[in-house]
Amino acid sequence: MEVLYFAWVRDRVGTGREHVNPPDTVTTVGELALWLATQSREHAEAFRDCDVLRAAVNQEHVSFGHPIAAGDEIAFFPPMTGG
Amino acid sequence: MIRVQGDDFEPGAEIDRLLDGHTAVGGVASFIGVVRDDPEHGPALRAMTLEHYPGMTERMLAAIEQEANHRWDLCASLIVHRYGRMVPGDRIVLVVTAARHRQAALESCQFLIDWLKTKAPFWKREETEDGERWVQAQARDDVAAAKWQIEPSVD
Repeated sequence: MEVLYFAWVRDRVGTGREHVNPPDTVTTVGELALWLATQSREHAEAFRDCDVLRAAVNQEHVSFGHPIAAGDEIAFFPPMTGG
Repeated sequence: MIRVQGDDFEPGAEIDRLLDGHTAVGGVASFIGVVRDDPEHGPALRAMTLEHYPGMTERMLAAIEQEANHRWDLCASLIVHRYGRMVPGDRIVLVVTAARHRQAALESCQFLIDWLKTKAPFWKREETEDGERWVQAQARDDVAAAKWQIEPSVD
């Protein structure tokens, strides 16, 4: 699946997009975040406090309990500050 | 109608184009967001860069506009939102709503900007005389959006 990062989440991870293959036990956005946090020191820093993060699956806002599947586009970002 | 672009926009020309042919319109409301350098709040701002999520941005703006047209009887509506680097005084966003009567135009215009701030995937990064920083989301923006009773369909 494709994982996208925006704003300071991207700064901390060090890339804006990556292809990942998490184990089958990872079935939700929240589980993906916890798994990503184990992938590098940079990921751990980005996902240190998931409470301040927001997520989207296939460009729709979702909660961290939302299911994910192979082929999904999943994005992590801080609360939005447009307008 | 929604548009996401790097370039500036000209509000008068945008409104004229939106209203062209809409003879039933009795009132037009507009909001223009501008890059602010507020000396009472921290170091002087040199510039601001707006990052966005291409694809999702357009989807969310279209969904928010659709919601406004569902709630109010509008003749026409427009959201133009910029991304990229801007300096104090530059226009960031334009919201225009046109209706037969003023109440629908005014209310829907405020609804659109309130919802846009918390739902459209844009992030501001400030360049100040003390360095760069990502702008923190404001709790008051959530409060402003919540007063329109957020429905799960667009959240």
